[in-house]
Amino acid sequence: MNNDEGGPNDPVHNGWNPPSAKLDGLRETLNHLILTSDGRFQLFCGALAFSAVAIFAWVVGYLIEGAFPVLDSMGYKFFTGSTWSFDQGIFGALPFIGGTLYTSAVAMMIAVPISVGIAIFISEIAPKWIGTPLGFLVEMLAAVPSVVFGIWGIFTLRGFMRDQVEPFLQGSLGFLPFFEGRTFGIDKLSAAVILAIMIIPTISAISRDALKAVPTSQKEAALALGATRYEMVGTIALSYARSGIFGAAVLGLGRAVGETMAVTMVIGNVNSFSWSLLDPGQTLSSLIAANWWEAPSGTVQQSALIGVGLVLFVLMLAINVVGRILLSRVTKVGRVRVE
Amino acid sequence: MGESSAKIETRELDAYFGSNKAVKGIDIKVKANHATAIIGPSGCGKSTFIRCLNRMHEVVPGTRVTGEVLLEGEDIYSRGTNPVDVRRRVGMIFQKPNPFPNASIFDNVAYGLRMNGIRDKAFIQEQVERSLKQAALWDEVKDNLDASGVSISGGQQQRLCIARAMAIEPEVLLMDEPCSALDPIATSKIEDLIFDLKNDYTVIIVTHNMQQAARVADWTAFMYLGELIEFNKTKRLFENPEEELTERYITGRFG
Amino acid sequence: MNSKGFRKRMIKDRLATVAAVACVIAALVPLVSILVDVLIKGLPQFSFEFLTGTIPPPGSDEVGGIGPAIVGTLAAIGIGSLIGIPIGIVSGIFVSEYGDNLFGRTVRFVMDVLAGFPSIIIGIFAYLVLVVSLGGPNAFAGGLALSIIMLPVVARTTEEALKLVPTSLREASLSLGVSRSATIRTVVLSNGKPGIITGIMLSIARITGESAPLLLTVGWTAFYPTTLSQPMASMPVLIYQFAISPFDNWHDLAWGASAFLILLVLGLNITVRIIAHGGRHLFKRRR
Repeated sequence: MNNDEGGPNDPVHNGWNPPSAKLDGLRETLNHLILTSDGRFQLFCGALAFSAVAIFAWVVGYLIEGAFPVLDSMGYKFFTGSTWSFDQGIFGALPFIGGTLYTSAVAMMIAVPISVGIAIFISEIAPKWIGTPLGFLVEMLAAVPSVVFGIWGIFTLRGFMRDQVEPFLQGSLGFLPFFEGRTFGIDKLSAAVILAIMIIPTISAISRDALKAVPTSQKEAALALGATRYEMVGTIALSYARSGIFGAAVLGLGRAVGETMAVTMVIGNVNSFSWSLLDPGQTLSSLIAANWWEAPSGTVQQSALIGVGLVLFVLMLAINVVGRILLSRVTKVGRVRVE
Repeated sequence: MGESSAKIETRELDAYFGSNKAVKGIDIKVKANHATAIIGPSGCGKSTFIRCLNRMHEVVPGTRVTGEVLLEGEDIYSRGTNPVDVRRRVGMIFQKPNPFPNASIFDNVAYGLRMNGIRDKAFIQEQVERSLKQAALWDEVKDNLDASGVSISGGQQQRLCIARAMAIEPEVLLMDEPCSALDPIATSKIEDLIFDLKNDYTVIIVTHNMQQAARVADWTAFMYLGELIEFNKTKRLFENPEEELTERYITGRFG
Repeated sequence: MNSKGFRKRMIKDRLATVAAVACVIAALVPLVSILVDVLIKGLPQFSFEFLTGTIPPPGSDEVGGIGPAIVGTLAAIGIGSLIGIPIGIVSGIFVSEYGDNLFGRTVRFVMDVLAGFPSIIIGIFAYLVLVVSLGGPNAFAGGLALSIIMLPVVARTTEEALKLVPTSLREASLSLGVSRSATIRTVVLSNGKPGIITGIMLSIARITGESAPLLLTVGWTAFYPTTLSQPMASMPVLIYQFAISPFDNWHDLAWGASAFLILLVLGLNITVRIIAHGGRHLFKRRR
């Protein structure tokens, strides 16, 4: 959209301040902050706001410090090794990096299409009196605590996966390496399904906002040209909301990658990686949760778990930064429409 | 006005927003291949009225239409009539130009054709060129057809929207204050265009500008508070109105 | 244009609608299944003994209860709120009122990143800070972890609530000769209050169900705690431990605790919705 930026001749940006003027300005600011009650209030708020930045730095610092012993003893093999043994003191985190990315990717393949479908239904198809409560219900799914997903996963979802879904997949797609092995229900597929259910509310809510931000004039233009609703959504609305939906998916991925308890309870906690979704596995976070109290503080075993946390952090940060950037672009489009 | 030549006819047409009645019992017969203007003060329901003529009114949640709208004698609100089909036959130009920003000028014009399942590239090419020429835009954009639909000026954008509507060869063209967002020069270009278009199309234009109605329209309808007060030949309506309300409005005594 | 193609287009349109409805059903089935499961298996456990009794040994016939876990959860939430809510509100005020500069934008960005942090990493951090120094799992470490999780939620909602306060109100106060900080403390805060309260409730709902950080920090015990610096039971950890155990009586308690937890969290969320909607209606009527 055409955001009116200040031109190059903007008088405010044109002046050049001599250094002495800058110093005067600084002195003035400091005087204001310390001597006036207004300034002191601002300073107080700023100081507490800074705590967020401090905590962030502190967390990262502790993670790096805590991971140091294992990085020292394993070197780069900590990231590339595929053997993990507490007893022998060999720590290669690759199976868990793989397990995290694999289960999250499968979860995305399930969750993204369903979420976009929900978003389209609520924003384009359903009348308001159905759409609003429906959106509320889907969002309630986000409020269900992770452990409750976990207990439901163990006692209800597991049986359904073991007796219905997995035999069906094996019957129809068993020739693929993804569906080899025994149908057991405590495995990567169940973990991915639970993850998908957990991230659907996030992705569908943000996608819905992105679709609602598509200007009415654009939708009406398509309809007035004789497009059906499906064609309007497919050609105009989705392409307009594309980056917003992508941002939503990235945020959902971030949630999936960091999710711990529900996954820990259904993935089977086996410290190796395999391509079959019907095999148990382990993710970065489930490894930490399942083994934390096995590793006394100060040991290299605990350092290895903290190192796994560091890997998770880096993965997370990359996903989040990309997601926020994409999302801020979308909200800008939305704002233009409102004006 | 002869019964047989009515292109669009409304009977007892009411339109609602929730419980608020915006258009009240309008009966009108619009002749084919003429330009008809609808004038009236803001909020008199004239935009709502023409949005009923291609079933765009119902796109807004909570709205409702009763009565009949006959397009060549057939009610477009009858059961079994599809709004998508109606909108293909009755095109619409909106107040603000609304080209698709993430499509090129060419793709904007071709949109309706492609949606209607036309894959023949030569035909699409031909139709796009014809429409852009008809909209008097071809010379200005012919070297620039791959540029975005919003890269051109506001007046050009509106002519692009007209070309886009004409590419699917509608029978009727509805225009909802098409010049309200444009400067005087762009406005006069669009007016010239409307003047030419009425030879081939039935044009219905909503305007708050009485001079514009007088310049482009053969027939003019005056609406007030949702009702049709007077409908007559433009010259007659402006020079010798039958209703006192019409006279007070066109002489600027209210509105 | 030809009617056969037209019919095909309309069929596609219908099929797409059906597909969208199927997506909605795909999301609602798990939600309903979870609620039905938790309530059918959990609600029958509810009794005075269940809410106050201590945790029974595995596989025993003793009924027992989850009292220690309720107390532990409340203690951790209390400590978390005490730290997280004030800092969150003041940070939100800063970002909304003084945040139009590089520092403000940095704080906002860090808050966003913190909100997306995996909670288990915050658990590791709280362990390293407070479990190591206090020599064992304790409620303070759990509270610290929860406060870090709350902080961005409270700050963000406070910021949004304050930004909704109309400029005209601020200007009215400033034009009466009231200083900027006093304007913020009176006019702006009192008008943003409903939004801030909403944010506080949402953040409490959020941490009530948090389990990973508690698993790493407050540890586990079957008895009522006497001080905050000793290991404690908590509901999320209880559900986890008991659900993966092989004992039926522990499974029953886990379902009961799940029902308790889910009613608490959904109750908080629904209350927030009602408050938010009520507020909007009030606003409309005033105009």
